Amino acid sequence: MKKLAKSPWMLHYDASSCNGCDIEVLACTTPKYDIERFGIINTGDPFQADILFITGGVNSQCEQVVRQLYEQMPNPKVVVAVGICACTGGVFKDCYNIKGGIDTVIPVDVYVPGCAARPQAIIDGVVKALEILEQKRQQYAENPEATKAEKEEG
Amino acid sequence: MMPVVSVLAYLLLAPLVGALLDGLDRRVSARMQGRQGPPMLQPFYDLKKLFSKQMIAVNSVQMLLNLSYLIFLAVAGSMLFAGADILMCLFILSTADMFLVMAASSDSSPFATLGAGREMIQMMAYEPLTLLMAVGFYLATGSFHVGDIIRMPHSAVLVMPGFLLGFLFITAIKLRKSPFDLSTSHHAHQEMVKGITTEMAGPTLAVMNIAEYYEMVLMLGIVALFFLNEHWWSWPIAIVACLVVYLLEILWDNVCARVKWRTLLDSCWVVTLITGGLNGLILMLVH
Amino acid sequence: MAIIPILIAWPVLMALVIPCIRDTRVRGRVVYLGAGVVMALAAFLLGAWLRGGGGIVDLCGEVPVLDHLMLAGEFALMVLIVVLSIKYKKYPVVLLSVGQTGLLAWSELTCPVESPTHLRLDCLSMLMIMIVALVGGLICIYAVGYMKAYHQHHTEYQDRSGFFFSMLFFFLAAMIGLVLSENLVWMYFFWEITSVISFLLIGYTRTEEAVHNSFRALWMNLLGGLGFAIALVVAAHTQHTVQLSELVAAKATIPVVLLAFAGLTKSAQLPFSSWLLGAMVAPTPSSALLHSATMVKAGVYLLIRLAPAMAGNLTGMTVAFIGGFTFIAASMMAIAQNDGKKVLAFSTVSNLGLIVACAGIGAEETIWAAVLLMIFHSVSKSMLFQAVGSIENSLGSRDIEDMHGLLLRLPRLTYIMGVGIAGMYLAPFGMLISKWVALRAFVDAGNYLLVIFLAYGSATTMLYWTKWLCKLVSLHHTKVKVTDVTRKDQYLSMYIHAAATLGLCLLFPLVSSRVVTPIIQELYGTAHEVLSMSVLTTMAIMLVSVLFVPSLMFLLTRSAHRDYVPIYMGGINEGDNTYFVNSFGEPEHLYLSNWYLRFEFGRRRLMRPGVIISAGVLIVMLCVIIGGAV
Repeated sequence: MKKLAKSPWMLHYDASSCNGCDIEVLACTTPKYDIERFGIINTGDPFQADILFITGGVNSQCEQVVRQLYEQMPNPKVVVAVGICACTGGVFKDCYNIKGGIDTVIPVDVYVPGCAARPQAIIDGVVKALEILEQKRQQYAENPEATKAEKEEG
Repeated sequence: MMPVVSVLAYLLLAPLVGALLDGLDRRVSARMQGRQGPPMLQPFYDLKKLFSKQMIAVNSVQMLLNLSYLIFLAVAGSMLFAGADILMCLFILSTADMFLVMAASSDSSPFATLGAGREMIQMMAYEPLTLLMAVGFYLATGSFHVGDIIRMPHSAVLVMPGFLLGFLFITAIKLRKSPFDLSTSHHAHQEMVKGITTEMAGPTLAVMNIAEYYEMVLMLGIVALFFLNEHWWSWPIAIVACLVVYLLEILWDNVCARVKWRTLLDSCWVVTLITGGLNGLILMLVH
Repeated sequence: MAIIPILIAWPVLMALVIPCIRDTRVRGRVVYLGAGVVMALAAFLLGAWLRGGGGIVDLCGEVPVLDHLMLAGEFALMVLIVVLSIKYKKYPVVLLSVGQTGLLAWSELTCPVESPTHLRLDCLSMLMIMIVALVGGLICIYAVGYMKAYHQHHTEYQDRSGFFFSMLFFFLAAMIGLVLSENLVWMYFFWEITSVISFLLIGYTRTEEAVHNSFRALWMNLLGGLGFAIALVVAAHTQHTVQLSELVAAKATIPVVLLAFAGLTKSAQLPFSSWLLGAMVAPTPSSALLHSATMVKAGVYLLIRLAPAMAGNLTGMTVAFIGGFTFIAASMMAIAQNDGKKVLAFSTVSNLGLIVACAGIGAEETIWAAVLLMIFHSVSKSMLFQAVGSIENSLGSRDIEDMHGLLLRLPRLTYIMGVGIAGMYLAPFGMLISKWVALRAFVDAGNYLLVIFLAYGSATTMLYWTKWLCKLVSLHHTKVKVTDVTRKDQYLSMYIHAAATLGLCLLFPLVSSRVVTPIIQELYGTAHEVLSMSVLTTMAIMLVSVLFVPSLMFLLTRSAHRDYVPIYMGGINEGDNTYFVNSFGEPEHLYLSNWYLRFEFGRRRLMRPGVIISAGVLIVMLCVIIGGAV
């Protein structure tokens, strides 16, 4: 694990979750799971985050917010959809107000299924995300402009 | 020759020492909370990452103001380590802090502006003690010059224990430790996001972090000033004292909840008056 | 030295000519000419004085005609005050005015005192003349453009600009006369003139508030004048002299304490601070000239003259306490103000307090600090007042809350404000260095109470300046357009002030050795170097770094590439940085306010206790000192 992978800071956003997955995300920071071992800090600030954890499906209220948070994160960055609702919309998929999973709004790199997603699964997702982050970092270091263009298309 | 060496050493080593101490802090804090914590070198990884990130900003002047903050802090620290006037050093320290406040307010964003306001209150809370402390050193040693203070036959702490106590109290503000980490905090999840650093991303934040390391070493340098005297054995004592002070601050950080600004201001001013004020008065009467 | 009568007579002539000119353009030109000549004459005087080797020059021996003229002038002033007081039904003022004039006339007739020299030019008065003439002249030039915009902005007030300029020039003449006077009777005459002019200018708009405030200023200044008059009578009867320097050398307790009392009222120390705060209703040039840069310095000037006689005795301690107490109390109250001019007024009172405290201690070091503070404060504060006045004309408000993001709207005025504010409290600038020396001097003098006042007062001073500065540099894009209506003459004056502020800092060692040291030498006979040269070198290096480092980094960071994103508002920005989506789904304008801490530091909370404490101390100490001396 290189530079970025050793210090991934996260931003946790609750799109329209029932709070089940949110509790599990926070459980990861407790002594039992302690994700700070990997240098992960829960920053709560998109400007300083590398990994965006999103729980719950996207509805019309939070669609703009998700887009804006994603836009305010500096490159390279990854998005982890935590829980089945964030992956596909889950049981709320057919609700009148739900647009679907997070990937209907912004590109998602890692999907962590589960209802609620278990902390072990979340940490597993984080480790996967770190690999992708590292790849993105290399791409970004080689050609910053391309990453940006890709973002604009996305 | 000596001042040049120590200033160079400060400029080059302070970020390293500061980052190591920060790593120690995070590990010790984690252990106090029953966690394993990150590796000791974590702050270095963080810095490296921050410099490799995309440069995003909300305006064109924030980086400039942040760099000014860094440079003025380095100047203030250099004055201390060069053995220059301690009062001047403290004045420059507050000028540096003012640049940070300006950097935060330049965003014109709700969280950063709130943080800037709190930072100003913090400055107002700690400033009286720093000035009184300089006066205390002058009364105890007859000079404002750091070079003269460390060449006294006895350590200053013998006659100014009150000032040391007061200084420990306000150091929590400068090291951004609970209960006084109002404007921004190293802990996750603050009531106003990241306060003054909310809009600082990537390299801008890295500059801010390095500046904090300079500041940390500067504050510990002042602690050491209480213990140093003309004998060689005062140096190891001073270093141990600095470490003890630092660990005490970490302990305090972990056992205290964040207070409101009013409590911060009242407690700091009252503690200043009781510790520094009384100690200074006694010194002056004896003088 | 024949130039001195011209220096006093020229502004008087201008003051008489200007109200007769009806055409505003011509009047403006005449004001430029008048101010220019005053500045040139002062520069000429400086040149002549330096060519003569500097030192003390005594002028004007026994001239009975002038003495009689002055007595007549004093009666004229008394009649003016009595008439106006009766017109506005402020009867106690009549008593004060009649009392002191009568007292003085009685003394002059019953106990005439020989006076070998009436005017004396030395280093301190030369410095004061330069400040009065240069700062005052520039403010007159500024006022031409300002008054035009002021009356376009405030159509409800009657345009009395001619009267206004006339008063400004009268004031210049009186002030120059005041700082030159060695004979106290003469000084008293000029002292009364400045009080009356200040009164007339505060009442310029003739609104109820203005009239009320002007009478408050008048009675407080007249109370000081009464003290002055009693001091004169006592000095004439007991010491048989009315020469300032002889009284100081003799350390005559009662005259000195009463003169110091007059100085305290003039420099608006607590309990008399409220007149200066009320004086802010006047148009800004008069606030800049009278109520910050020069007239209030007359009180401080007198105290510095008295300093050798106050060193180490009860009088000095009282004055120092009042000064130190005013410093901290006024700087606390400044925090709670959101009116720009009010903040400046409180800051003026506060800084004057520091100078007064220095004068009260009366040691060489403190006088060094006091004189420097006076120089730096005059220039910076006059510039700040002018900038706030111009901002008010452009913005239609002088509320600091309305100055949010002024850097983008009125950049030039904001830079001027920035220089002024930085000059008032930041590290390498003169005010802070003087504060530093003052702190050391207070310790050396063994006055721990003042040390504590200074430590806490610096902290509060820092807060109110920093938050104003932050308001200015917030980069907030609003859709409200502002046009800069500041005229060229206003900018000319402000630019010269800004250059002077920076120049004074760069030339700091020179100012210290060439200007301040000779003054100390004259007052005390000896002068030690207060700052060692190495400190001065450090200062110079720092100042260069302050100017150099930011500009270098500005160039460096400007070219750096960065991607702009909106500010963080929880992701609910309405597309830009000024609006966000509120809980009803509606767009709402972002409004960011400063901290004012009104419940903690408000004027309502602190003013009355401050006045009670200071008045109590002053009354008790006056009784003790005078009782002890009789």
